[in-house]
Amino acid sequence: MEALDLSFFDWDLVQNFLWKGLVFSVQLTLVAMVGGIFFGTVLALMRLSSHKWLQYPASLYVNTMRSIPLVMVILWFFLLIPFLTGRPLGAEWSAIITFTAFEAAYYSEIMRAGIQSVARGQVYAGYALGLTYGQTMKLVVLPQAFRNMLPVLLTQTIILFQDTSLVYAIGAYDLLRGFSTAGRNFNRPVESFLLAALVYFVICFSLSLLVKRLQKKIAIVR
Amino acid sequence: MIEIKNVSKWYGAFQVLTNCTTSVAKGEVVVVCGPSGSGKSTLIKTVNALEPFEKGEIIVDGISINDPATDLPKLRARVGMVFQNFELFPHLSIMENLTLAQMRVMGRGKEEAVEKSLKLLDRVGLKEQAPKFPGQLSGGQQQRVAIARALAMDPMCMLFDEPTSALDPEMINEVLDVMVALAQEGMTMMCVTHEMGFARKVANRVIFMDRGEIVEDATKEDFFGKPRSERAQLFLSKILQH
Repeated sequence: MEALDLSFFDWDLVQNFLWKGLVFSVQLTLVAMVGGIFFGTVLALMRLSSHKWLQYPASLYVNTMRSIPLVMVILWFFLLIPFLTGRPLGAEWSAIITFTAFEAAYYSEIMRAGIQSVARGQVYAGYALGLTYGQTMKLVVLPQAFRNMLPVLLTQTIILFQDTSLVYAIGAYDLLRGFSTAGRNFNRPVESFLLAALVYFVICFSLSLLVKRLQKKIAIVR
Repeated sequence: MIEIKNVSKWYGAFQVLTNCTTSVAKGEVVVVCGPSGSGKSTLIKTVNALEPFEKGEIIVDGISINDPATDLPKLRARVGMVFQNFELFPHLSIMENLTLAQMRVMGRGKEEAVEKSLKLLDRVGLKEQAPKFPGQLSGGQQQRVAIARALAMDPMCMLFDEPTSALDPEMINEVLDVMVALAQEGMTMMCVTHEMGFARKVANRVIFMDRGEIVEDATKEDFFGKPRSERAQLFLSKILQH
């Protein structure tokens, strides 16, 4: 067996292959997080609504998304768009839309739990002051739901960051693609994927340590 | 001011309110009491349309609250309500708790809302607490803030849903003092409470509820002097023993 040779890993490699991929992975994560939390909150409010015509479509959407492997959603959307519109959408845009739509389902479950964690009396108090449903949600319930769920939302975002590597399947240039391209160029695929795993680990593990510290801080404030 | 006519409410097959009929006139203080589970909290919540009911009608200041055309937020803004568990908004400061609805519902400017809030906080003896958060205050202080928050909306009447039940004994009086002062100023009040001392002091009428029914609806003098129903006598003997 050949010994591992990591000598190809230098600053040039980072600049030429990895940086661009990392930037896209982070961009995709942030956009899908913001969009996913926004649409996820809308879905959660729909599911908690007393109107069946709002409840059912939202439930159907969330349960469907949560029952299909992400990689299939990514592939299907990527293949479906050119078929429907007649022109391809590009792997990056396709990934951004797919991830936002997919993550919305997961964030919605978190937000639903968060909204339910706010005591019913808070809603009554909002109503009793003359606030409308929308104002009560926006000013009273959602800020508390969001604060209660912040650690869980961030943990989901870390998972999301790992999941972005699945855009590999449609050829978008993300961090993993950067490593695999470099590996091919230098004919060092094993070392390259090892380094990729290490980089993902370092990023995700330090983020989850941060979340843990944040969790303690929030616990004190409450 | 408040008219409750033949109100009935069910939770599934279980009837929580049975043909409740009563009224609160302008300037009147009405105390609602009764054993736990008698439906008194449910009744007072229906007055502010926080609990729906299946039968009957409630009219507040001439407006039917179960008419689908009624603008409920607008009506509720003019009815102050105080809850058993205070229900201050924990993510907002005391000042923000008071100014929120003044600005968002009544459209007051920030300066006016702050000025009004300080005046009311001063009145309940908590002016210094304005920048603090609800979690930093004692239960009694929180409830006084909750009363100030309701008063900031210049309500035409006030509903109290067991305002002292969640308080430690030594904090009950500071809240009752505020309520007594309000009553003496002529505020129309409907209070669900077990504080018979409060009822004796300021109530015009006392309503006794049991198992979802209004069993007794009498003047204070009649209620404490010669309660007609056996159930009310039993209840009074139980809570006035000590």
